[in-house]
Amino acid sequence: MMQGDQRSGSMFVFLGVLAVALFCLDIMLGSVAIPFKEVFRIITSGESDNRAWLFIIEKIRLPKAITAILAGCALSVSGLQMQTLFRNPLAGPSELGITAGAGLGVAAVMLAGGSSASMYAISQLGISGSWLIIGMASMGSAAVLSLILLIAGRIRDNVILLIVGVMIGTITLSIISIWQYFSQPEQLQEYIMWTFGSLGGVTGYHLYVLSAVVIAGLLLAFASSKSLNALLLGENYARSMGLTVGRTRLLIMFSTSLLTGSITAFCGPIGFVGIAIPHITRSLLGTSNHRVLIPATCLTGTVLLLLCDIIAQLPGSQTVIPINVVTSLLGAPVVIWIIIRRNNLRSAFS
Amino acid sequence: MINPAAILETRALAIGYRSSGHERTVAAQLDVRLQPGNLVCLLGSNGAGKSTLMRTLGGLQPALSGQIIIDGQPLGALKPAELARKLSLVLTDRIDAGNLTAREVVVLGRTPYTGWLGSLSENDHSKIAQSIEQAGISPLLDRHMHQLSDGERQKVMLARALAQDTPLILLDEPTAHLDLPNRVEMMRLLHTLARDTRKAILLSTHELDLALQTADEVWLMHADGTLLAGLPEDLVLNGSFETTFARNGFSFDRATGTFVIHRPVDTAQIYLEGAVGPVFWARRALEREGLGISRYRDAPCRISAADTPDGFEAEIFFENLAFKVSSVQELIRQIRPLFPLR
Repeated sequence: MMQGDQRSGSMFVFLGVLAVALFCLDIMLGSVAIPFKEVFRIITSGESDNRAWLFIIEKIRLPKAITAILAGCALSVSGLQMQTLFRNPLAGPSELGITAGAGLGVAAVMLAGGSSASMYAISQLGISGSWLIIGMASMGSAAVLSLILLIAGRIRDNVILLIVGVMIGTITLSIISIWQYFSQPEQLQEYIMWTFGSLGGVTGYHLYVLSAVVIAGLLLAFASSKSLNALLLGENYARSMGLTVGRTRLLIMFSTSLLTGSITAFCGPIGFVGIAIPHITRSLLGTSNHRVLIPATCLTGTVLLLLCDIIAQLPGSQTVIPINVVTSLLGAPVVIWIIIRRNNLRSAFS
Repeated sequence: MINPAAILETRALAIGYRSSGHERTVAAQLDVRLQPGNLVCLLGSNGAGKSTLMRTLGGLQPALSGQIIIDGQPLGALKPAELARKLSLVLTDRIDAGNLTAREVVVLGRTPYTGWLGSLSENDHSKIAQSIEQAGISPLLDRHMHQLSDGERQKVMLARALAQDTPLILLDEPTAHLDLPNRVEMMRLLHTLARDTRKAILLSTHELDLALQTADEVWLMHADGTLLAGLPEDLVLNGSFETTFARNGFSFDRATGTFVIHRPVDTAQIYLEGAVGPVFWARRALEREGLGISRYRDAPCRISAADTPDGFEAEIFFENLAFKVSSVQELIRQIRPLFPLR
């Protein structure tokens, strides 16, 4: 135990330092490189001699870096919760169609509302608009999640559950496609841009709303850590240790839907973070204790998403590649590594 | 006789499955009591409903009718958190969480007592240490669950149940998948635990001979859905074991407390005499060969077996012949041609 504690402790310090370093780097790098001294001055005092740099940092890079942190924490913690809840190493928001569910919620807002409800119009709506889109996306996630949970009760096989998840994701995407087919070109372009994923679209009060929802979701997840630990031994054991499994499941679902829904609403579907980060964190810390894992997963998620964001900037160039592409390029190999390293998927979720 | 308060009692309990209005009763009219400090073995052939009974008593599946009373209160009236302090389970469920260390699993046993974040108090730590010692798993603590053998994993799960600190422990087939030394070890451990900690322990098992040796009481489940409770010796003597496990091709032998798989196909033509050990093992070998053992000394063949420093020695008398043999194998080789199979 002592060894484990020390290992976790030094890992926390390492990840924390790495996160801070990458945060600074993320703000420094981009189409224009800003020296560290200037970045430090702008963040601490909010002043700079260079007005352009001040604007870039305050209005673009700082919100984007904060969004990256929020997305990293939210997606990886919901992935962690889902892997424990479904007892499945390959569970994750995008793998089981939860992100697609959120996408359906977003599509409902963007495509159904006619031209008046484009993303632009929603940003004009201000706070109530961001609540609307978060609410719809979370509801979409929750709908898919409850459907999967219902099916998971009947299916014990991990691989089959995964196939069912992929199918439900496909159905959801098909519904969105029908919607797209009957939509205006401008709306379509907007929606398709959204599906590429972007951390840069969240500014001003949207950022406050998003932060509030994500923090609430994370606190809820942390509060469930004892129940999540009990669930590691399976539902029967959890019940025998006094856990009200139904209520716990609802709480975990609520938190997962909030986290996945809100991030997906604003940043688009970001793949592979949710499935890969929990595995990376577990092997870094060598523990399955959620009280340690949840904060650690947040840190690892932060590190990875900041890294992905830096790569997506293609520092020094004028172009930016979609964040979804970068996370998939980094995340998919991790998933393959998980499958290869552990031949028996059934015993690999923790 | 003073009858101490039972920790577990069932009254006219019926167990089984209920799905969309359709009921399938597995067993009914179950009236049993479990006293503190007793080790009770639940026996019955496959499909008799042992697991269903264990699951129902453990609160994992609802009873069809009747009552289960735990520590004076009906099972249904207990909140999950209250029940978790009265009853702990060791199930046959596979543990998928291979990355948990043995210690982490034992710590999970304290779940009913810890606060919302699961932080451990002084008392929790001492209970955990005590359970680890009782189950004898201190060398395993830092190993991961997937690195443990079946026997070791089972002991860790027992330690977890002990850490839950309940007066009643139910174990569903704790000796399944274990090799013989581990089975004996597990039963011995449970027997000592029941005696030393005054816990009531109920386990289902297929290990008849181990159950007969260690159980304070045996609950025999019949395939027809009835249950007989009693001292193992009484159940053997009144023939309950024989009826419960009656099958074609083998039978339960009241005299030795074991199953006789190979019924003598021949009439008893051999008389065995001599030292207890050699006679016992010679008899097993002869019966396996389908040769009946006679109770009468004037049987056509008489074997006189004796203990020697080398283990075994016997003399065979058949009609006017006499042979000496120095192993059971040799004995069989000599006897076999004398009684050709019909």
